[in-house]
Amino acid sequence: MPRNAILEDLRSSIAHVTGDGRRHGVHPFGLDDIDDHLPGNGLATGALHEVLGSLDICDDAAATIFIAGILARMEGPVFWCLRWRDLFTPALDLAGLHPDRLTIVEPGDDKGALIAMEDCLRVAGIAGVVGEVSKLSTTASKRLQLAAEGSGVTAFILRRAAKADALIEGSAAQTRWRITASPSENLGIPALARPRWSVALERVRGAEPKSWIVEACDAQGRLALPAILVDRPDQQEAWRIAV
Amino acid sequence: MVPDLDVLDADEAADAQGLERLALWAGQRYAPFVAVDYPDGLWLDISGCGELFGGEEALVKDLFRRVNGSGLTAQIAVADTAGCAHAVARHVPAGRPVIILPGDQKKAVGLLPLAALRIPTKVASDLHKMGFTRIEQLIAEPRGPIARRYGHELYRRLDQALGHAPEAMAPIFPPSLPQARRGLLEPIGTADAIAKVIGDLTDDICAALMRGGTGARRLDLHCERVDGQYQSVRIGMASPTRDARHLTKLLVPRIERIDPGLGIETMILIAPIVEPLRSAQADLTGDTHRGPDLGALIDALANRFGYDRLYGTTPCSSAMPERTVKRTTALRECTDRRWNAVLPRPGRMIEPPEPVQVIAMMPDHPPAQFVWRGKRHKVVQADGPERLQGEWWRAKGLEADSPYLVRDYFQVEVEGGGRYWLFRLGDGQWSSTGPMAWFIHGAFA
Repeated sequence: MPRNAILEDLRSSIAHVTGDGRRHGVHPFGLDDIDDHLPGNGLATGALHEVLGSLDICDDAAATIFIAGILARMEGPVFWCLRWRDLFTPALDLAGLHPDRLTIVEPGDDKGALIAMEDCLRVAGIAGVVGEVSKLSTTASKRLQLAAEGSGVTAFILRRAAKADALIEGSAAQTRWRITASPSENLGIPALARPRWSVALERVRGAEPKSWIVEACDAQGRLALPAILVDRPDQQEAWRIAV
Repeated sequence: MVPDLDVLDADEAADAQGLERLALWAGQRYAPFVAVDYPDGLWLDISGCGELFGGEEALVKDLFRRVNGSGLTAQIAVADTAGCAHAVARHVPAGRPVIILPGDQKKAVGLLPLAALRIPTKVASDLHKMGFTRIEQLIAEPRGPIARRYGHELYRRLDQALGHAPEAMAPIFPPSLPQARRGLLEPIGTADAIAKVIGDLTDDICAALMRGGTGARRLDLHCERVDGQYQSVRIGMASPTRDARHLTKLLVPRIERIDPGLGIETMILIAPIVEPLRSAQADLTGDTHRGPDLGALIDALANRFGYDRLYGTTPCSSAMPERTVKRTTALRECTDRRWNAVLPRPGRMIEPPEPVQVIAMMPDHPPAQFVWRGKRHKVVQADGPERLQGEWWRAKGLEADSPYLVRDYFQVEVEGGGRYWLFRLGDGQWSSTGPMAWFIHGAFA
């Protein structure tokens, strides 16, 4: 067996063991820093992703727009299962998620939201399903992950008002993100610069946790890196070369 | 005397026909089970039908409005038992729909005269002569002697009104609608057996719909039990469909609402509302690039949670941000209407706005700090104001009846990076523009 083929074989078995056996494609963020870190160079589609805010409503709002931005760059209808009624859809439009694509389901409680999500996840051709819940059990996450794998629809669980230090149950989700607001650039004039978020990838299958400071979604749902960071030499890389 | 009075003979046959027409209309629109109560009444079994209207009260209101609007004078009563509803509708001249709460039929019926019990006039007047003016007096008396004298019919009617005795009603089914029927050799009672028959019925009705070139928007399933009672369920579809698998999937979860009693001997499936549906033409190349089958998903969600829990949103022109969002139905035409892409709007809206304590320089400086829900936030940077004014003509809201009221919106960033949306009611200068109180209206990303 040629050397390359052996390596390829090994790689695929490692991918299988580490749970990186993606059955569907990936959806890049369009930011090399984040994409290069994620296995497959993007967010896995046809999988479950958890997004956490915090007790601060601003962080929940940031998490909301983070998800909206990802979905805005996908194609197809989006279903948003609400438990609380404070979602303001014009803001999703500002992040690029067109109102014609969005359908809102209001099941009223966690259980209903999970049932609604699972119903939506069984229909292939939908871009994504978002469920806002306060708790997610391991079993429920497995069910959602299996349903997402089956249809290729990407699922997002938005955990509202998640405590920073709360013990989190094991989850079958591919990734877990924690989005918090971060101070924006001071423009020196009485106006606000583009908002910034701290995007923490707390858990991902097949890669290490990492966090970034990014500039929030623009009107097409694209994130950006703050200008200072873009020009800074990659210290980690430099260190590696030096060693 | 009235010299120009026109005298017409009563035409009972035509009256009955008219009543049946009304019953068919009500059956199509409101409830799967409608029976005619000659000469002047209708029964509607609205159990479980409220969801399609947003509650039983809304259903009854809609029915009342439409019947009265058509020139008829109607009195509507809703109750647990047919007898109670019959009595209240005819003997409580409320002029609006009366809803007797579950379990209250004894209280409600007790106050009515005996004539409300659907008994012969002779019996009612005889009892009245004996001193029985209200039904509660009859309930309090021992049954034996009265039953011996006036017959058991009296107590059967009383029991029916109170819910102690069953009441058989013959539903009226429109003859021309697509329907499927299965008479069963052995009465069935298990969920599996019912599901099996539902599968057969949907196959039949879809064949009937196919012949008519239509799809069903609404389906009624009637189960006739051995004791002559009917159990009915209704489902609604967002778009016309004749997919037997889909219809079965919608009907099967409703089985739990059917009480089979001693067994079901006939099941009937009717499509009261149908709409034209063209047959899909297969692509010559064989591969079809169709969008996802949203109709089936939306039906499943709507029948589980109710149609009012499922919606899309579209821009609506209004000066006030909380009213710029209009709900639409879940399945809709693409309008391509979007919100103003320049004005900042929060991802999470706090509605109604909550008052906050603010330190800010007058007249139009942004807040320097504010206290919300007991937490102090120091403002680092801010943007604004965005001045909004108007809509004092609305009956509700902050602006009601105050034409000069002004909202000045500020987007503020606090320490840590969180962004909030605050507004001041008033322009900071003239007290006629508002009390200068501050509110929080949302949180940004």
